[in-house]
Amino acid sequence: MAPAGTLTRLLSVGVRPRPLGLHILKAATPGPAWPSSRTLGNATAPAPSEPESSDDLQDRVLSEPLKHSDFFNVKELFSVRSLFNARVHLGHKAGCRHRFMEPYIFGSRLGQDIIDLDQTAAHLQLALNFTAHVAYRKGIILFVGRNRQFSHLIENTARACGEYAHTRYFKGGLLTNAPLLLGPGVRLPDLLIFLNTLNNVFEPHVAVRDAAKMNIPTVGIVDTNCNPCLITYPVPGNDDSPPSVRLFCHLFRVTISRAKDRRRQVEALYRLQSQEGAERRGPADPPPPEARPA
Amino acid sequence: MAAPCVSCCALLSYRLFFRGKVNLAPRQVLWKAAAAELPTVSGSQISRLRHTTVLTTKKNVAALRRETYTVDFIKKQIDEFNIGKRHLANMMGEDPETFTQEDIDRAIAYLFPSGLFEKRARPIMKHPEQIFPKQKAIQWGEDGRPFHFLFYTGKQSYYSLMHDAYGKLLNLEKHKNELQAKGLFSEEAKTKDLIGSRWLIKEELEEMLVEKLSDQDYEQFIRLLERLLTLQCGAAEEEFLQSFRRSVTIQSKKQLIEPVRYDKQGMAFSTSEGKRKSAKAEAVVYEHGSGRIKVNGIDYLLYFPVTQDREQLMFPFHFLDRLGKHDVTCTVSGGGRSAQAGAIRLAVARALCSFVTEEEVEWMRQAGLLTADPRIRERKKPGQEGARRKFTWKKR
Repeated sequence: MAPAGTLTRLLSVGVRPRPLGLHILKAATPGPAWPSSRTLGNATAPAPSEPESSDDLQDRVLSEPLKHSDFFNVKELFSVRSLFNARVHLGHKAGCRHRFMEPYIFGSRLGQDIIDLDQTAAHLQLALNFTAHVAYRKGIILFVGRNRQFSHLIENTARACGEYAHTRYFKGGLLTNAPLLLGPGVRLPDLLIFLNTLNNVFEPHVAVRDAAKMNIPTVGIVDTNCNPCLITYPVPGNDDSPPSVRLFCHLFRVTISRAKDRRRQVEALYRLQSQEGAERRGPADPPPPEARPA
Repeated sequence: MAAPCVSCCALLSYRLFFRGKVNLAPRQVLWKAAAAELPTVSGSQISRLRHTTVLTTKKNVAALRRETYTVDFIKKQIDEFNIGKRHLANMMGEDPETFTQEDIDRAIAYLFPSGLFEKRARPIMKHPEQIFPKQKAIQWGEDGRPFHFLFYTGKQSYYSLMHDAYGKLLNLEKHKNELQAKGLFSEEAKTKDLIGSRWLIKEELEEMLVEKLSDQDYEQFIRLLERLLTLQCGAAEEEFLQSFRRSVTIQSKKQLIEPVRYDKQGMAFSTSEGKRKSAKAEAVVYEHGSGRIKVNGIDYLLYFPVTQDREQLMFPFHFLDRLGKHDVTCTVSGGGRSAQAGAIRLAVARALCSFVTEEEVEWMRQAGLLTADPRIRERKKPGQEGARRKFTWKKR
């Protein structure tokens, strides 16, 4: 599995736990699942269709959200007014402005840059939608931020969603040399969310560059002094005020929880459907007398 | 001194041999002397004297890699250890049920006597937990997702500890703010718990967390705990803090005073011991006497012919102005004459403490009469004539 681009890597996220998916099905459905049909000595006719249907199931579960533009309805979680109330539009002083952030800046008031919230809303919707899809496909999400003021908040957010956080000193080869630092056979994060793109010395966080090297997509809140270049889904916004960071943490938490719940629901739904389908098929053709070859 | 000469002669001879032209005239004496010592060698053998660098490549040797022990392996080792313990008990004729670790050590020392000086190189039989270093189990599940939410930091236990401690700090501050808002907040002094205990050291913390820490990490952690201390804590926080405190045995600064004993005649006396270098002395000082001192049954004037030694014996009495008032009987062994005198002096001073006021005991301590002299003979070092004396330095 050597994904060339970000998209193939994401699509293979769902592909990897396929054997696990089968295990789940086996454990959860005591009824006419694939192995039990063999042990009961049922008809050969249902047997070939069962493994295909579980694969089919997995494909359907994973492809269903991709058919809609906003499957998880992230638009309702925020509005431009709520962003404004959380002071997301406040940037740094004009002297701190980064050149590449100029497209996202609405203007400057008394020397302080104001971020264009319409653009922010659009970017945020894309970012949240993407996060939801990653969480739906059971990807590993890593929250990164080096602002000491919000370190505790970010770690709590990560724990609440069941994802991971790294708001401490970032060791050099953590992503690029992971088998050595974290153990052989470690699974790298599938998405990095930056609550603060800069580190404590106002330089771009090492993880931004390393994630780009390792083909890991990133979502990041970029302030007016940050470099949005290497971030896949930048969200221009304030990363220094407590209400702003609290709002973003809340949004990410709700999105991820929602996506995970949706996944569970969809899996349960399709499992029920396949169960009903098999039951309907079962009484229709009576089992033949000969024993099924092992 | 001979060896370097031979080797340089050998190299010299080889160079001469290889160059072809033999310039023997100025070095003839040297060459002949060397030739007499060296066995007759052929060209190939001499060429072996040439020094070559060996290219060492880093190999994936098992000894260099960090050994990882699986849980099953450790369990198997523990079972084998328990069975072996029972066999050993049977061998030694003891009861397998009550066979302790000390018994095991004694049995192994008996069955496998070893004369090795390095204690750690001798055969041991201990519980596998003490032999195999504690290691972390695999950190993630079947699907690859790590169990701990701070796994990707690298030091999950340490950072999770910091996270919890900081969480407690925030809760306490919030609680304090609430109380202050209501006006129910009251200051309380809280230093009693800290006396007689210390924060755990970095090695202890590393052992607790099974993780390597840096000095800065440790200092940060201690600073956080100190900050927690300054706030008023509830019972749970107290317990949390106490789990990081270790007790420190307080050594009493008071002098140990021997109790006064009474012998058959009703005479009050006091006994104590003293040491100096390798001399050991035991002195019995009687409260009432006329200043007679007997050493090993011999009068001190005859036992110590040198005035200096006798002055040493008299010094404690002279210091307390009790020169002719006490009788002393002592036994001494080991050391030389000066060491024996010093040992007796210490023993006598300690014995006198029981007949004297506390103030005078303090004066004696300050005078150095009650301190054992820690100086011992320094060992001779190789390459030197004595402990400090070097061999005579010759310029050429």
